[in-house]
Amino acid sequence: MMNYSKSKVAGLSLYVLFLLVPIYWLLNMSFKHKGEVLSGLTLWPSNFTFDNYITIFTDPSWYMGYVNSLIYVALNMAITLTVALPAAYAFSRYKFVGDKHLFFWLLTNRMAPPAVFLLPFFQLYSSVGLFDTHLAVALSHCLFSVPLAVWILEGFMSGVPREIDETAFIDGYSFQRFFIRIFLPMIRSGIGVTAFFSFLFSWVELLLARTLTATEAKPIASVMTRTISAEGIDWGLLAAAGVLTILPGLLVIWLVRNHVAKGFALGRV
Amino acid sequence: MSKVENNKAWWLVLPVFLLVAFSAIIPLMTVVNYSVQDIFDADHAVFVGVEWYREVLLNERLQESLLRQFIFSFTVLAIEIPLGIAVALMMPTKGTMASVSLIVVAIPLLIPGNVVGTIWKIFGRADVGLLGWGLNQLGIDYNYAANPLDAWVTVVIMDVWHWTPLVALLCYSGLRAIPDAFYQAAAIDRASKWAVFRYIQLPRLKSVLVIGTLLRFMDSFMIYSEPFVLTGGGPGNSTTFLSQTLTNMAIGQFDVGPAAAFSLIYFLVVLLVSWLFFTTISEMDKDK
Repeated sequence: MMNYSKSKVAGLSLYVLFLLVPIYWLLNMSFKHKGEVLSGLTLWPSNFTFDNYITIFTDPSWYMGYVNSLIYVALNMAITLTVALPAAYAFSRYKFVGDKHLFFWLLTNRMAPPAVFLLPFFQLYSSVGLFDTHLAVALSHCLFSVPLAVWILEGFMSGVPREIDETAFIDGYSFQRFFIRIFLPMIRSGIGVTAFFSFLFSWVELLLARTLTATEAKPIASVMTRTISAEGIDWGLLAAAGVLTILPGLLVIWLVRNHVAKGFALGRV
Repeated sequence: MSKVENNKAWWLVLPVFLLVAFSAIIPLMTVVNYSVQDIFDADHAVFVGVEWYREVLLNERLQESLLRQFIFSFTVLAIEIPLGIAVALMMPTKGTMASVSLIVVAIPLLIPGNVVGTIWKIFGRADVGLLGWGLNQLGIDYNYAANPLDAWVTVVIMDVWHWTPLVALLCYSGLRAIPDAFYQAAAIDRASKWAVFRYIQLPRLKSVLVIGTLLRFMDSFMIYSEPFVLTGGGPGNSTTFLSQTLTNMAIGQFDVGPAAAFSLIYFLVVLLVSWLFFTTISEMDKDK
C-alpha cells in the first residue's frame, strides 16, 4: 500500500493553490463595484456588492446566453448518447465488414480542428434552414463528441462478459429489453463518464457555437463580449459572467465524481 | 473474448455513420471543392488545381504560424504530461479528501475557453491583476500585452493551468486500476519508491498516457479562444496560432480558396502527427 506522506500533501496543496488563486481573483473581482476595480488592487472587495450578478439575472439578453448554451449542450448530450450506445455495443460485440476502418475513421473526426469546418458548416446549416438554432450547434458538436463517446463506451462494454448477453437471450429477452433493462444499468459508470465528456467538450467549445448562431441561440461566450465597450472593459460584470459559467460544470462533476475514478478504463489502445 | 461475425451489426452503427457523415463528410467535401477552385460568385467558378495549395505553402505568415503552433504544442505537452503524472501520484486515494481533490482538480476543465482567457487576462494585468501587479512589485517588468515573451509565457501557463487536470484525472484513474497485490509484492521485495513508479505504475499508465497525449496534442493544436481573448494573437503576431490564422483568412478576408487549401493541410498535419505517434507506440509494443 502507498502511504500518504507529508511531501505529497505539500505538493498537492501547492498545485491546488496554483489552480484556485486565479479563480479566487475572478470571484473577488465579481463582487466589486466598477469604481473599486479601477481604483487599485484589493485582496478583498471593500464594498461587497451583488450588483454585477443582479445585472446578469435581470437582463434577458444576459441570462438567455446561459439558457442557450445549456440547451445546446443538453441536446448534444442526448443525441450523442442515443447514437453512440448502440454503435459502441456493435463495436464491442460483433465483427462486421469494415468495422476497424469505421472505428478509425470516427476517431479521425475527433482530430479535425473546428476552424477547418467553420465555413462549410455555416453554409451547410444555412442551406438546410438550421442556422441560428440550438440544434445546429448541437449537431456540429457531435462531430467530436460522438467519436469520443463511442470510444469510451466501447471500452466499458468490452468489460462486460458476453455470457450475460447470451443468458438474457436464452431467457427470452428481446434485444431492446435486454439492452435497456439489463445492459445499460451495468455500464452506468461508462454512461456517466461519457456524459461528462460530452458536456465538457460542448460547454467549452466556442468557435463553432459562435459562428452558427446570430441572435436566437446566441451562446454565453458571445454575450460576454458585450462587456467591452467604448469606455473600456467592465471587469466586474465580465468576472461575474465568468463565475457563472463555472457553476454548471461544478454541478456535473459533482454528479459523476464517483464514476470518474474507475471511469477512464478505456478499452482500446 | 472472441467476437461474433455478424453484419447486421451495421444497423446499430448506422445512426452514428449517418450523423457523422452529415457533419463531417459533406463539409469536408465542400472544403475539398473550394480548395481547387477560384470562386467569383455563385455561378462563376474556375478550376485552378493546386494553385491555392502552392500559394498557401509558400506563404510566410502561415509557415511562421505553423512553426509557432508546433513549438507551442510540444512545450505544453512537455510540461503537462509530467506534471499531470506527478499530480495524480500526489492525490489521496481514499475517503472524502479523494472526492474533494478530484473535484477541485477538475474545475479548470469545465471552464469555457474564453472565460479561461478572461481569468488570465484579469489575473495578469499590472493594474487590476494579482499576478501582473505582484510581478511588477518584485521588479519584473511584466506586460503580456506589449512584450512577446511575456505573452508566450502567459499563454503556456494558461494552457498548463487549463489542461494539466485532464492528464492528472486520466492518470489518477489509471493508478486506481492497479491491484494492491502489485504494491504488496513490491514491498516484500523492498523496492524503492522510484522502482515502484518505474516498473509498476508507469507501465500501467501507458494506455491512459497514450490517450492523454493524443487528446492534448490534438486540442493544443486547435487552440483558439484562450489566446484570442488573452492577447488577440499579439503583440504583433507572436501568439497567433493556426486556428486564428485560418479564421482570419476564412471569415475576416473571405479568401475561400486559400482558406480551404490551408484547412486541408492543417487537418492532414494533425492526422499525420497523431498517426506517427500512434505507430511509434505500437512498434515499441511489438519490440517487447
